Amino acid sequence: MMNDFLTLTPQGLYCIPGDFHIDPQLPVARAVVTHAHSDHARWGCQRYLAARPCEQLLRLRMSNEAEFRFLAYDETLTVGAVQISFHPAGHILGSAQVRLEYRGQVVLITGDYKLGTDPTCDAWQPVRCHLMISESTFGLPIYRWPAQEDVFGSINQWWRESRDAGKCCLLYGYAIGKSQRLLAGLDSAIGKIYCHGAVEKGNEAYRRAGIVLPTTTYVGSVVGKHDWSGSMVVAVPSVHGTPWCKKFGHSTTAMASGWMAVRGARRRRSVDRGFVLSDHVDWPSLLSAIDACDPETVWLTHGYTASVARYLIERGRDAKILDSLGRNEGDEDAMDGVMDNESEPPIGGAELS
Amino acid sequence: MIRFAALFDAIDRTTKTNEKLTSLVSYFREASPADAAWATFFLCGYKLRQLVPSKQLRIWAAEEAGIPPWLFDESYHAVGDLAETLSLIVPEGNLVGDFTLSQWVEERLIPLRAMNEVQQREEVVSIWKQSPASMRLVIMKLITGAFRVGVSKSIVTRAIAEHAGVSSDVISHRLMGSWKPSPTFFENLISKDVYDTTVSQPFPFCLAHPVDHEQGPESLGDAKDFAAEWKWDGIRGQVIRRDGQVFIWSRGEDLMENRWPEIELAAMMLPNGTVLDGEILASQGENQVLPFAMLQKRIGRKVVSKKLLKEVPVVFQAFDLLEDAGEDIRCRPFSERRERLDRLLSSFEHPHLRRTELLDGATWEEWAKTRDQSREKNAEGLMLKRWDASYEVGRVRGVWWKWKVSPFTIDAVLIYAQKGHGKRSGLYSDYTFALWEGETLVPFAKAYSGLDDSELKAVDRFIRQNTKEAFGPVRSVTPTLVMEIAFEGLQLSPRHKSGIATRFPRIVRWRHDKKPEDANTLAELFRLLPPPE
Repeated sequence: MMNDFLTLTPQGLYCIPGDFHIDPQLPVARAVVTHAHSDHARWGCQRYLAARPCEQLLRLRMSNEAEFRFLAYDETLTVGAVQISFHPAGHILGSAQVRLEYRGQVVLITGDYKLGTDPTCDAWQPVRCHLMISESTFGLPIYRWPAQEDVFGSINQWWRESRDAGKCCLLYGYAIGKSQRLLAGLDSAIGKIYCHGAVEKGNEAYRRAGIVLPTTTYVGSVVGKHDWSGSMVVAVPSVHGTPWCKKFGHSTTAMASGWMAVRGARRRRSVDRGFVLSDHVDWPSLLSAIDACDPETVWLTHGYTASVARYLIERGRDAKILDSLGRNEGDEDAMDGVMDNESEPPIGGAELS
Repeated sequence: MIRFAALFDAIDRTTKTNEKLTSLVSYFREASPADAAWATFFLCGYKLRQLVPSKQLRIWAAEEAGIPPWLFDESYHAVGDLAETLSLIVPEGNLVGDFTLSQWVEERLIPLRAMNEVQQREEVVSIWKQSPASMRLVIMKLITGAFRVGVSKSIVTRAIAEHAGVSSDVISHRLMGSWKPSPTFFENLISKDVYDTTVSQPFPFCLAHPVDHEQGPESLGDAKDFAAEWKWDGIRGQVIRRDGQVFIWSRGEDLMENRWPEIELAAMMLPNGTVLDGEILASQGENQVLPFAMLQKRIGRKVVSKKLLKEVPVVFQAFDLLEDAGEDIRCRPFSERRERLDRLLSSFEHPHLRRTELLDGATWEEWAKTRDQSREKNAEGLMLKRWDASYEVGRVRGVWWKWKVSPFTIDAVLIYAQKGHGKRSGLYSDYTFALWEGETLVPFAKAYSGLDDSELKAVDRFIRQNTKEAFGPVRSVTPTLVMEIAFEGLQLSPRHKSGIATRFPRIVRWRHDKKPEDANTLAELFRLLPPPE
């Protein structure tokens, strides 16, 4: 049905009548981008089209020479005979699902998305469509996210206990998205919050976009001997076990990611604590999102595509596996380069910086 | 139960022994004797006899989660742990009050065994509905019997000792043998009064450290300070003769009843108040030790047939005396214990109960020559024991050394891989290796250990990128990686495709310098077989 509408090229998913790529993996002339994580928004394209709230983050990461255009959520732009609009995906600030309509056929490309609440971005909205191209990073029934309040409850409790034990907390989250969500959930009455440089850059972009975050201090701005005990340091996972961490003295480490749901993955990371906090859909919300969008056909990408496709087919919905849009369960090289999100399983333990 | 689940979490969370100890001690301090007894039982690695068949658990969990069985299996392979899969897959329950660990075990879990399938299902589902995820993991681990947490028995022993204010050696001895996890048991365990050991109770075993192959035994000091014995490949055991009875214990603390009737009979001739440490070996004639493969025929047999008794005769080769005339002599030096052992056993010669031979020699060079004959003798190498050392509990450095002969090694090609369990869950870490037979690669051994974390990660990535086919959880990969495999022994085996079975295969190193075509052939492996008798 989609033969004259969408196709897969070496650069990624391509819209034929609109002559643009969606989240291309290689530089192209025209890129429609779901969000600013680097495995979706690749450097080197000539023109980018994204949702308006994505602007700060996208400009932070892309060359100034590129041409940008932004649409408000729900605003429609017609390119050729294709109508493009962006709808909140709830993944990170400015993340969007791309809705494409051509000759009465509606395609929804979810990008990465989650259904849970997140004070740092707009909540996911269902979009009725004929074809839904959905991520399935966590597409197994072992992934069921606990309530966000409970997770933040545990994180703050860990901080409080560590502070009372005179330790410094090192909390690892990806630089853009996860870190800011973590910051928004931290109880800043417990102590002072510091951030790794990459996280602090993300914070600034979030604040420019009008998102309120607690006061943070850039770790690098602290000079001389400093007592870090009782502080919270939000950092990128790649610093774990590196000399960078030494200055904090007596400290305890934690990782916040959906992968932390499985004990083996948590243990391999060799962090003291693993908090299950994800910006992707878990099993139940993946299924309810598909039901809410009610597509005739689902194409699955990332993660456990085969399992989800088979399950959907058995339940009577047409589904197929879309070949990796840049990454899949078996492709880990992607992970080493893409350390700003949790789209890849943390196989093989802590990555190197 | 919340306390016990929290203990599990706390232990799971840290890799630091001191933090584990602190958590354990504070658990024992707060727990009732009934709970502490069960906690000790599980933490020491004991498990409940199967309560519910795991096949049923899988089916019910899939039904509760509303997923087909194949999806449960996929999930299981991703997680690598059945109890964890069960606890993740079923939607989270709500805690309805809490019961203590002992109430859980005695009133909810153990009764499962006697129920019919319908009742079992109902009860298991109600347990799921009443347990939040973290607690459920622990409960499921108790049910499936795979309760493994990052503490060794010795850490548990130290924690109980610290809590009780009693020495670790005493606690360790009291934890030996079989006991029932009751409040009285725990009260006695931590009691400051020395109480009589039960007649069947064995002593904790003294274990040996390996001699570093590169450094050799010279690093241990003067050879004159040591005795040398053959290191036999058998079953380590303790023979206890007390109160007119005989008990034979394995190192895994199994009471081996009726398994070794000829040894039991021989031990009846010992005076009461005798405990021997030694090795059970398959043996023929005076001093001819048979390969371990022969002994294997008798392992696991609860009832030994006359035919088997004749085919595989066994001997207990005593190498130490721990209790003599009712006196615990473990604190005496080995020279004295050995003398007393000689005195005791010289009074009777028995084909099924003998002393191990002390090897002649006074220098490391002489013993090195003796050691070179290990394979012909069906020995693994030499044991070196300090004459002046007491019999220690566990693996204490410097007392006993095992000086094994170098293992066999061969270069083989990795052809299949499967995801591992525990810390390696989700990671392709279990490999099958093959050797050449003409143009084909014939699988001959599975190896799980020997690579470090970064190598594991690299192999895992290779497997994901080079999968040819997937058969369920097993992936076949393009033959590319060559690894050097070490193993202790070889025997012909009609059950193996290669026709040969290896003992303790493991990876020595990744041969980056070799291509698959440089790997060894099956014929070369066959050439390593010991010559037929």
